[in-house]
Order: sequence, then structure tokens, then C-alpha cells
Amino acid sequence: MDISTMTATELGAAIKDGRTTAVEAVRQTLDAIEKKDKELHAFITVDAEGAMKSAAEVQKKIESGELTGPLAGVPIAIKDNICTKGLLTTCASHILDNFVPTYDAEVIIRLKKNGLVTVGKTNMDEFAMGSTTETSYFGPTRNPVNPAHVPGGSSGGSCAAVGSGEVSLALGSDTGGSIRQPSSYCGVTGMKPTYGVVSRYGLVAYGSSLDQIGPIARNVTDAAALLQVIAGSDSKDSTSAALKDYDFMSALKTDVSGLRIGIPSEYFGEGLEPEIGDAIRSAAEKLAKAGASVKEFHLDLIDYAIPAYYIIACAEASSNLERFDGVKYGLRAAAYDDLNDMYKKSRTEGFGPEVQRRIMLGSFVLSSGYYDAYYLKALRVKNLIRQSFSRAFADFDIILAPAAPTTAPELGKSLADPMKMYLSDIYTVSVNLCGLPGMTVPVGKDGMGLPIGMQIIGDCFSEKTVLRAAYTTERLLSEDGEGR
Amino acid sequence: MSPVEKNYETVIGLEVHVELATKTKIFCGCSTAFGGAPNSHSCPVCSGMPGSLPVLNRQVVQYAMEVGLAAHCEINQHCKFDRKNYFYPDNPQNYQISQLYEPICRNGWVEITKKDGTRKKIRIHEIHMEEDAGKLVHDEFQGISYVDFNRSGVPLIEIVSEPDMRDDEEVIAYLEALRMIAQYTGASDCKLQEGSMRADVNLSVREAGSEKLGTRTETKNLSSFAAISHMIKNERERQIDLLSSGQTVTQETRHWNEDAQSSYAMRSKENAQDYRYFPDPDLPPVEISDEWIEETRKNLPEMQPERKARYMRDYGLPAYDADLLTGTKRLADIFEETVKAGADPKKASNWLMVETMHLCRNTKTDPSDVDFSGENLAKLIHMVDAGELSNGSAKKIFEEIFEKDADPEKIAEERGMKIVQDSGALQETVKAVLEANPSVVQQYRDGKTKVAGFLVGQVMKQMKGRANPAEVSSMITGMIEKI
Repeated sequence: MDISTMTATELGAAIKDGRTTAVEAVRQTLDAIEKKDKELHAFITVDAEGAMKSAAEVQKKIESGELTGPLAGVPIAIKDNICTKGLLTTCASHILDNFVPTYDAEVIIRLKKNGLVTVGKTNMDEFAMGSTTETSYFGPTRNPVNPAHVPGGSSGGSCAAVGSGEVSLALGSDTGGSIRQPSSYCGVTGMKPTYGVVSRYGLVAYGSSLDQIGPIARNVTDAAALLQVIAGSDSKDSTSAALKDYDFMSALKTDVSGLRIGIPSEYFGEGLEPEIGDAIRSAAEKLAKAGASVKEFHLDLIDYAIPAYYIIACAEASSNLERFDGVKYGLRAAAYDDLNDMYKKSRTEGFGPEVQRRIMLGSFVLSSGYYDAYYLKALRVKNLIRQSFSRAFADFDIILAPAAPTTAPELGKSLADPMKMYLSDIYTVSVNLCGLPGMTVPVGKDGMGLPIGMQIIGDCFSEKTVLRAAYTTERLLSEDGEGR
Repeated sequence: MSPVEKNYETVIGLEVHVELATKTKIFCGCSTAFGGAPNSHSCPVCSGMPGSLPVLNRQVVQYAMEVGLAAHCEINQHCKFDRKNYFYPDNPQNYQISQLYEPICRNGWVEITKKDGTRKKIRIHEIHMEEDAGKLVHDEFQGISYVDFNRSGVPLIEIVSEPDMRDDEEVIAYLEALRMIAQYTGASDCKLQEGSMRADVNLSVREAGSEKLGTRTETKNLSSFAAISHMIKNERERQIDLLSSGQTVTQETRHWNEDAQSSYAMRSKENAQDYRYFPDPDLPPVEISDEWIEETRKNLPEMQPERKARYMRDYGLPAYDADLLTGTKRLADIFEETVKAGADPKKASNWLMVETMHLCRNTKTDPSDVDFSGENLAKLIHMVDAGELSNGSAKKIFEEIFEKDADPEKIAEERGMKIVQDSGALQETVKAVLEANPSVVQQYRDGKTKVAGFLVGQVMKQMKGRANPAEVSSMITGMIEKI
């Protein structure tokens, strides 16, 4: 049985029925990676041996009835900033290029419990800092739709691996759009859950108050199934939330009647490629025809989201990345004079330019004399933006937005102007600042054939509403032969 | 004090670190037990592994609150943790989780009593919770340094006073008062030598009568009350010398060297540190309810000053005894057990103050670690009272009570140390001793009554100590006169 065109839940069902096996699924996945990844470079590490071994164990447990979940036996790719016991976890950085964790992240424990098989670790922007996967120490990943273009970032490896058909599922992380933007560029479905829904334990921190792990998949059903596996409260993460209802699969209904949809006019003005705006408006019209009410409205303060986001994210990052010092693990410079020199040389050699820029920016905004003017002010702005979204969610159940101002740019065109790159995060960072759930679903292609994604944003803990809207969108578009 | 010195007043404030007595660390489940092979009490959290996250130990909040309430502080019901960023290998994350902006306690005070009996309130600015660092082990021979994270993440509270102290006597009385609070609440054993209590001294001098504070220095590395006392005198003189010769005091951190009896300024880099404090995003604010505060306040145990007053009032102990006993909570607890088991309070106090302290010194035991039951001490006191044990035997038995909480009845029985109450056997022995020493008996008759002591000794020897010396003595005199 050829699994290359199957969704994860279809594959899970086939393994359960005995039409194929976990071992066969992993074998075909490894073959696909072997064939495609030389050009694509979605993976930093492929764990062929480990994956074959655990597939055999999982297969036994499926046959004995011990594992019955819908994704048991399904291969999955993991972003390389999520700790995997005994398996290299580099954050795509020279400073961690020899780091093998001694423990599994909470999400990995949950994947194992549900019988998913990790086949490898995916490429990303170094420490998740970037929007193209080009800041990776290991070199860029290419867009599976057009290899001359970037896959987006920072979860570019995970999105490219799913978009290319190497795997049907991947985990990413999203601090300012790092799941939703590359999902849009690669034509896949990705979700950043509400802050606290998925444990951060074992996710190498970038901006701790913004980071969230989320599912990347071929369709909404698979994303919901994977979210159901990884979500849950965790006593090891003090910012973890406990939900009453984790049955995300039950939200998968083609039903938007009475759903109040808001379209912020600020997100559809200057700077947005017209084709993207058109694709999203066309999807909104279909939802309206299916019974939703769609209205434009004004979302206040979004001009301040980018500066507030970069101040908060960089401040937290400058502190979070202090532990990479050459003392305990990771890179230590070969020659140095004394302790300070060792710190300086190890960190200068170990971190790439974008990471160094953000560490310096963050250190500056936290330094005495600037703390109030930058960091505290950014926190106040964050609260105001949160209030602005709260007002919007009094009127609307979901908000529709682009995931990026353009489709995937060509390789090598983005890093020269970091300011322009930061500004391209305009549609995604507010969701992180406010802790909201956001999901990207494919809604079409531009004139060059590059995918366009639509972002569906909900209020905190309204994952099921977001999933229902996403599922309905996917269905309506596929009935009309659009979307993917 | 020279005439010049008299013109200056010393102003002292203290930053006191107290290690809390929790079984596990502040942000992970690792043991806080002292010792252990290097890194045997460490995990991804307290060794700063990528991706690990802190989870607050509620008992740390409980202890900090107990100390704060005992020191009359206001409790901050929405306290927060902040990160203090600095690079050093004993600090695995290269930031310490501490509290700067919203500490748990503020605005308290403790009362000290000086030697002349006067009392004074020392105000407390704040108390905050934080984590301890690991330990560096240097192998000078190979030129390699190792890091041991066993101490990393051990919970501390830092108690910051207002600049209310004026000399070393007040400083030490204040430290004693804090030590008592920590011991009586059970928050810490506060052993200076093991580093579970550490003090940094902020000191400045100003011309007598001036209201304005002078420039202060902060001195670290003070590991005993004696060192603190020496350092205060030394630093006061150093600053007065500077000012009286027209120079200025530099605000700086200094390191005390007790062997050399002097301090030196730490490198200016360490003084110009910008810690880039900001709220730790991994730890939500600690919400402390009114109920939690009231529950804690209600359950606060009796503190040392109250207990001392009670011992004087209820047991009639002299102030000296009451002070010494309550000065170590463990001893005071044993005292109460002993009295409860029926022993005379003054006698119980004597055993604890004299014999126990003597054995503590000999065995280098901290009085806080003394571990025997008041019940066994009460039994011992009862046996002496009943004339069943000689003082010598009692002391020997007490050594075993001290060492392993032995039952005195059992030991006296096993070793045959009990005084023989059968006066027939004693009479026989006395008679035999007198017959065997006719010349000594003659000396006694000639008026040299001192020799009776020799005869008593001979009888005790033959009785193997199992006789009451007073009884033996009177029996000897009686018998000599009869013969």
C-alpha cells in the first residue's frame, strides 16, 4: 500500500485495520525522505534506526490491542527545538550542534504514549529566530512547491516535510507566527494553540511568554487529531492550563451557521498582496453563504504589535539563551584566556548573526535606564492590544486574517533587511502577545502557483470553534475544487 | 575609642540569607540534603538543561510567610519572581530566580535586647525568596574547575533590614533574633558554619548628630558572629580614617578575610553589574489568599521571647537559664518534655545547660542536633532524686542518653550501677573495711576525721559504686564510735 498520498488519520486507520503496518509506514517514510530531502533539506537529523525499532514495538502493541488511538503507528517529524531523549536536538545552532538531551519533552512523552513514531528532527531558523529557515546553521530548507523559494519559518523544516509528502504529520513551535506563516507558504494546515494548552516542558525557550508547540498536518482533521494527542495540563509547566474538554475531533463539523466572523480592515490594507486578500475574501464569502455572518471591523493598535512583540520576545530570549555558555553542554571555543573569554568566544562562534542581534536587542531593552522606556512600555502595549482583541471577541467568534503579506519569497531575498523581515510578521504576532489560538488553512494559490493560507483566530481556549471554522472552510473549498 | 572616632556614628543595615528547611528544592523535586556525591541531587531543572521549566515549591512560600509574620511583616498577596541575569558557572541558567519588584514580605520589625537591658526595634525592609547557586570545585593541580549542582536551587530567603543598627552588639542581637524566628517557626536551622545563615553587612559612618546617611560599603564573606564583629570594627575605622583625612568613601562591595582581619574591594566589574532584572515569564504570580495568611498566623508557634518569659514565670527559672535554654529551640523542647515527664524544672535545666552543653563541646555537636528524649532525662533525674544512682553513675549514664537516647533504668540494671538498698550487705562491707584498716581507724579516733574519706572510698570501691556515699559516710562514723 502506497502511503504517500494518505492523511495521518487515514494511515492510522489502515494500520489499525491491518492493511499496512507501522513498520511499513516508517519504511516508506524513510524512503521518501531519502529521495526528497537532498534537495528539500527539511531534516537536520533522520533517526532511521530508532524509528524502525520503535515502529516494530508500536506494531506489536497495536496488534495486542494495547494501542488503539487514531494515530498509532503514524510517522511524525519533530522540530529541532523540542527535546528528544537520546536524539540530537540542535535548535539549528552551532552552539548546540552536539547536544543530546537526557530527557523527553512532555509532548514527546505524549506522542510515544499514543504510538506515534518520530522519524527525525526538522530544520528551522536558528533558535526559532527568523521567518524563512535561512538562519539555520545547517543551511536553508526549500519550499516543497517551488524549490527556488523559502518554506517560511521558523518551523520551515516541519512545514516543508509535510508539504512535500515526506511525512503526514509534524510538530512545530510558534512564538510570533512560526507555525502559521510557513504553513501558509507551504500549503499545509498548522495551528498555534492557546498559550498553556500544550506543555512547553522540553521546548527550548525563545520567548517564554509567547512560545507554544502546535500541530502541522495535511488537513484540519489530522491537525485536530494531533492536537488531541499533545494537549493537556502538565505539572512540570507552571503556565500550563487545564481544559474541561480535550475532544477536539468532535469539533470537526461542516457547520458555520450563526458563526460571527470578523474581518479587520487593518489587515487587508496597504502592504498585502492583492491576490492574498482576494483569496481570503473569497473563502469568507463561501462561509457567509454557508450561514456565517461576515463583517468588517476596525482592530485598534495593530501598528504597535510589531515593536511590542520584538521588545518582549528579544528581552526574554536574551535571558533564555544565557544558559548556552560552553560550560555544561554544547559548543565551547577551542582556545580562550579565562572564564569571560571562554563565554565570549563560545557565544560569538556559537550563535549566528540574527540570534546575536536579538540577544543584543533584548539585553539593551532590559538594561537599567531603558527598562521602563522599552520593556515596561511594551508590556503595557501588550495589555492594550489584548483589550482590543477582547472587544473584537465580544462581537465575533472568529477573526480572519492573512498569515503573511506575501506568498513565499525567493531564497536569499530576505535576510539582508531584517527590519523588513520583522514587519512581515504583522498578521501573526498579536496572536502570541494575547495568547490566542490561530490556525492557517490553505485557501488557494497565487499566479506563480505558490500557496496562500488563511489565518483563523479565536479567543483564548476556543480551539474547537477555530477547528470547526477551519474544517468547514476546507470542505467548502474542496467541494469547489479550490484550496490545495 | 579615640576622640576622633567618638565624633562619628556608625550606621549598619543587613542582608541576611537564610536557607529554608524544605525537603526538596525551590523549583524542582531534587533533595536538599547536605552532602551527597557531586551532582547526585540534580535534574534538568536545577542544572539548567535546555527546555526545562521551574515549578514553585509551595512550602517555600509557607516558610517565608511564617518568618515574615513572626517578624511583623505585611504579606504581599500577589508576589512575583524575577530573573537576575549574570554569568557565572555555578549559576546554570546564568540567571538567578529571585524577587526584586514584588517580594513576599515588606515593612516588618524585630525587637532586640541589649546587654544593658534596653530594647530596640530593628525595622525590616523586605523579605524575598530565591534560589541558591551550585558550587565550584577547583582542582588546582590540574587547573580544572568542576561544577556541583547539588546546592543549585536550594531555597533561600533574603531578609533585608533598614539601616537601624549602630554597632556590632546590635547587629549580633539582631542576627540572634532572626535565628530564633527561623528556628522556632521551623523555617531553618540557621547554622552559620554550614552556611545555612549568611549575612552581608552594609555600613556607613556619619558625623554624630547628622541626619544624612554617609556613603556605604557592602561587605561579604562573613561566616561567624566573631567575623562580623571584627569586620564592623575594622570597616568603621577604615571609613573614619578616610573621612577624617579628607578623603571619601567609595560605594563598593568588599570581601572580608577573617584570617588577615581585613577586607578588600572586589573588582570594579563586580561592582558595576547590571543584572537586567525582569519578571520571570515561566512563573505566574503567587496568589496568597487572606485565608492562607490567617491560617499561617493562627498556627505560628510560640516564639523565643514568649517562651523565655513563660519559663521564668511558670517554672521559676532564673533569666540566665531561661535565656540559655530557649536560645536553642531543640534544648527548650527537650526541657519541656523532661518537665512534662515529671522532673524538677531547675534540675532539668541544669542537666541541659551544664552536662548537655559540655558533651556538645566535647563531641562537636551543634546543640540544634541534640537528639534524646526528655522522658529518659526525667527518668535519670528521678533515679538520682530517689538515691538510686550516685552522681558519678548518673553522669556516665547521661553520656549514653546523649549519645543514643538510652533508657537509664535499663543501663543501670545491666551494668549493676544501681545503689544497693540492702543495708545489711553495706554494713558487712563497712565492717570488713574497718577491720582491714585498724591504723586508719586509730587516726580517726585521734581526731584526724579527714581520713574518713579514704574509708568511704574503700567501701565504694568494694561496692563497685553501688552505694550512696553519704549513707556510707554516716555508717562509718557511727560504727567507729560504737566500737
